[in-house]
Formats: sequence, structure tokens, C-alpha cells
Amino acid sequence: MTTFDLLLQQTINGLSLGAMYALLALGFTLVYGILELINFSHFNVFMVGSFVALFVLQAFGLSGQEVILTGLPLFGVLLVAFIGTMLFSGALGLAIERLCLRPLRNVKGPAAMITTIGVSYILFNVILLTIGADSKNFPNPLPVIRWKLAGATLDFRVVLIWAIALLLMAALYIFVQRSRIGKAMRATAQDAEAARMMGVEVDKVIVMAFFLGSALAGAGGLIFGLYYNFTSFIIGFTAGLRAFTAAVLGGIGNVPGAMVGGVLIGLIEAMGGQFIATAWTDVIIFSILVLVLVFKPAGLFGRIAPSKS
Amino acid sequence: MILEFKNIDTHYGDLHVLKQVNYTIGDGEIVSLLGGNASGKSTTMKTIMGVVRPTRGSVVYQGQAIERMPTAERVRRGIAPVLEARRLFPRMTVFENLEMGAYLRKRGPEFDQDLERVYALFPRVKERRNQIAGTLSGGEQQMVAMGRALMARPKLLCMDEPSMGLSPIYVEQVFDIIQEINKQGTTIFMVEQNANMALSIAHRAYVLQTGQVVLSGTATELRQNPLIREAYLGEMQVAV
Repeated sequence: MTTFDLLLQQTINGLSLGAMYALLALGFTLVYGILELINFSHFNVFMVGSFVALFVLQAFGLSGQEVILTGLPLFGVLLVAFIGTMLFSGALGLAIERLCLRPLRNVKGPAAMITTIGVSYILFNVILLTIGADSKNFPNPLPVIRWKLAGATLDFRVVLIWAIALLLMAALYIFVQRSRIGKAMRATAQDAEAARMMGVEVDKVIVMAFFLGSALAGAGGLIFGLYYNFTSFIIGFTAGLRAFTAAVLGGIGNVPGAMVGGVLIGLIEAMGGQFIATAWTDVIIFSILVLVLVFKPAGLFGRIAPSKS
Repeated sequence: MILEFKNIDTHYGDLHVLKQVNYTIGDGEIVSLLGGNASGKSTTMKTIMGVVRPTRGSVVYQGQAIERMPTAERVRRGIAPVLEARRLFPRMTVFENLEMGAYLRKRGPEFDQDLERVYALFPRVKERRNQIAGTLSGGEQQMVAMGRALMARPKLLCMDEPSMGLSPIYVEQVFDIIQEINKQGTTIFMVEQNANMALSIAHRAYVLQTGQVVLSGTATELRQNPLIREAYLGEMQVAV
């Protein structure tokens, strides 16, 4: 392969990783935008989501790469798997908010953030102890179709991941821009007290942010499984930390910023792995993060929050 | 009587902000609340809106005690705020800000009527409706803030320092419009530091000092009160 071919191939790979990170980063950004809370439980909501997806696909009798579906059956299975996984993950996010975070709503300081770390470890250990430490083979019912693109290969699977991620992100963006509750979410993120005095029930807005963010994390978990053909109790930390980095890179609290940040982190990971070394991925990602923050402390699209009087 | 404060005490932690405060605001009145910094004016506003809960006493709105009622329910019953320093949603458009004012109301002919009314009162707001609110001038933002409150179709409009930070031309304009809104049937409770302007349009006023009502009366009485002339009206002449 020529250097150009490698670049092209890694762009394809990076965009796939980026799509997954972007979905995950949106959850951090939605919650942070409204509560100014870094929700570390999000890492493992994603991981649990990938297991839920695994069980849904297994319930269809799929395992490993033995059964290949096409056409309508494939569409149906994927639709059910995505909806099921997203609903379950969304519900998990709601439960975490209701049981662990709402009681701490008026507690100042790091209590809520520490709680999210605790919840993250609970999810991590529950999956480890109930499902086991070995990684699970993830069903891949997608037909193997490959297109040649110059010297690079474009997989049907990759195109599908792009399409689903784009669809979900577009849906979220339109929801936040156009719907009544979406507007209430933006208003609350910009001035929570003023929004409250317009009659916005801030608790409902917070619930919506957790539900949407967690549902997207679930979709990210399913995409992880389809992309890597495995899942494991451990996948939440690496992917979660990179997605969180993506959210900060784009400007945490900013929805389009999280999308762009996710894609950038995916591309950096792919290029770094190809042209430097995979082992250096985290060094490269976090060095770029530090560099960006030194020059743009609020991230690429973020604003320094004006101090509220 | 649309709103009454009965022996209200409000605390922020150990800080005693409002001390045994009583106000009565009659239907259709413009009542002004005067006072310097840290006198408890903004806390009064937050107590009406339910963002701050009083520690003792009762807030009665249209004959019903509301001090434990959630903010959204108060808005639904017709209390709307024009907040201190405008507090628009800076990254939403002017139109979206107006929509947020009508957050608890259904879309339909009533919404359209209110929008037309706001546009008629503030032609400037109509011109700027698709602009991002944070990019407007202070005076324009004040008009959006007032329009946003009117979109709730309020019976009681609570205004916190509507003249703050505005150039004298805008101050005149804002006070004219407040009178106009009042004539259209909305009761107005207005916190102001600009005593001169406030007393020129108010029917009655209260003077708040370190959390206590020290004076009250009709606007005409207060304008002639030596204490007011010295402490508030005189001060304003120097400041302008």
C-alpha cells in the first residue's frame, strides 16, 4: 500500500471509531451542559449497553459469524437490537439519575461526581461477577461486502455504522433544536434559574438529558460490538475516557462540538496507530488534548462560561 | 388584591435577608419597590417566583397561599418575571426566547395574538426576531426580556430593575411601555433603583432597607417625603 492508500484506509477506520466516540461523547456533553457534572457512570452504561446488544442478538439465534442476514431480516434484527439496547441503556441512565444523583442535587462540591465514579465501578463489577472476565464473541450477522477505494477497502459494515451514527446524531440535533423539551434543555443549559422562572421543570430536563445520553451510549455499545466482534466488561474505560476527551476537545456542553471531537479522536487514534504505534495511542490523544486546551481552554467550539451574578 | 406578603422572613443560611416584610399589591396597580444594594429587593422577586422559599410568613396570590407552590405552577397561574440584567438565553434566537416565555402554554391563536401584541409594543423585537439574543444591545435585550414575560400572558408582571444599565433614551422608552402594559390590564410590581423614574409611573411604592420596609405610601406622598428626596431622588440626580 502506498502512503496515500494507508491514509485513506485509516481515514475510513478513524471515521468508524469516531462515530462511536461521538455517540458516547454526546452523553457527557448533554449532562454536563445542564448539571455541570462529569458523569463517569456513562463509561460503563456504554459497556452494559454492548452486553444488552449481545443478548438481544443472541435472542435472535445469532452467534459468532455463522449466521449472515441480508435485506429485510437484517434490517429488522438491527432495528430491534438498536431500539432494545437504547431503551435499556436509557432506562439504566434514568435509574442512576433518580436513585444516586437526584438526592445529591443540592449538595455542593464533588459528591455527585464521586458518586458517578462509584456507580461506574458497581456496573463494572456486576458485569464482571455475573457474566465473567473473558471477552465475549459478538454476533456479526452482516454480509461481507467490500468495495475497493483506490488502494483502500471500504466495508459494508463500516458504511452501515456511519449511516446509523449519522442518523442518530441528526435525530438528536433536530430534537434539541426543534422540540419543546429540546429548547427547554438548551435554555436550562444557558441559564437554569431563568429557565425555571419561565416554568421549565428542571428535573424533567435533567431526566431527558440522562435518557438521551445513555440511549446513545447504548447505541455506541452495539456499534462497538459490530465493529470489533467482541465485548468485555473492560471496554468502558478506554472508550469512555477517549469519548470524554472528545467532549472536552469539542467544548464540553456543546452538542456539535462533541460530534466533531469524537470524529477527531477517532481519526487521531487511527492515524497514530498506523504512523506511530498503537501502543502510543493514548499518549498521542492526550497530548493533543493538552495542546488544544492550552491554547483554547474551552475546547474547539466551547465558550468560557460567563460568570453568573 | 392580587398579591400579598404577610410577615415574610427569608434566610440564606444564617443571613436574615427579609425581615417581617408586608406588601399588598392591588389588581391593576403599578407598585414599585425602592431600595439600595443588598436591601432584599431581588430576594423579594425570588420569593414571589418561588426560587427562594420564605422561612416564615405567607405569600398570598389571588386569595391563595402560594409560598410552597412550585415555580412552574406560579407561572401557570399568571405570574411572570422580567429578570434582573435581562437574563435572556444568550445563544437562542430572539424568537426562541419569546417561545420560552410561553413555555407552559399551548401553541395556537392565543400564542399568535400575544406574539402580535409583543411585536406591536416592540417593533424592534420583531425586526430582530431571528437574531441570536446575546448579540443584541442592552436596550434591545430589555425589550426582548419584557416581551418574553408578556408571552406568558401574565396577570402579575414582576420586574427586577428594568432600567439597569440602559441609556436614558431607553429608560424613558421602557417606562412608557411599562405604563402601556399596565393600561392593557396587567398588574406590575417593579423593583427599581431609579427612584425618580419609578415614582413617576408607580401608583404606590415601598422602601426597603436592609430587609425591612421602612416607608410606604402613594407615589405622590413618597416624592414629597424628605427622606426619599435626600436618600433616593437626590442620589439619582448626582448619579445621572
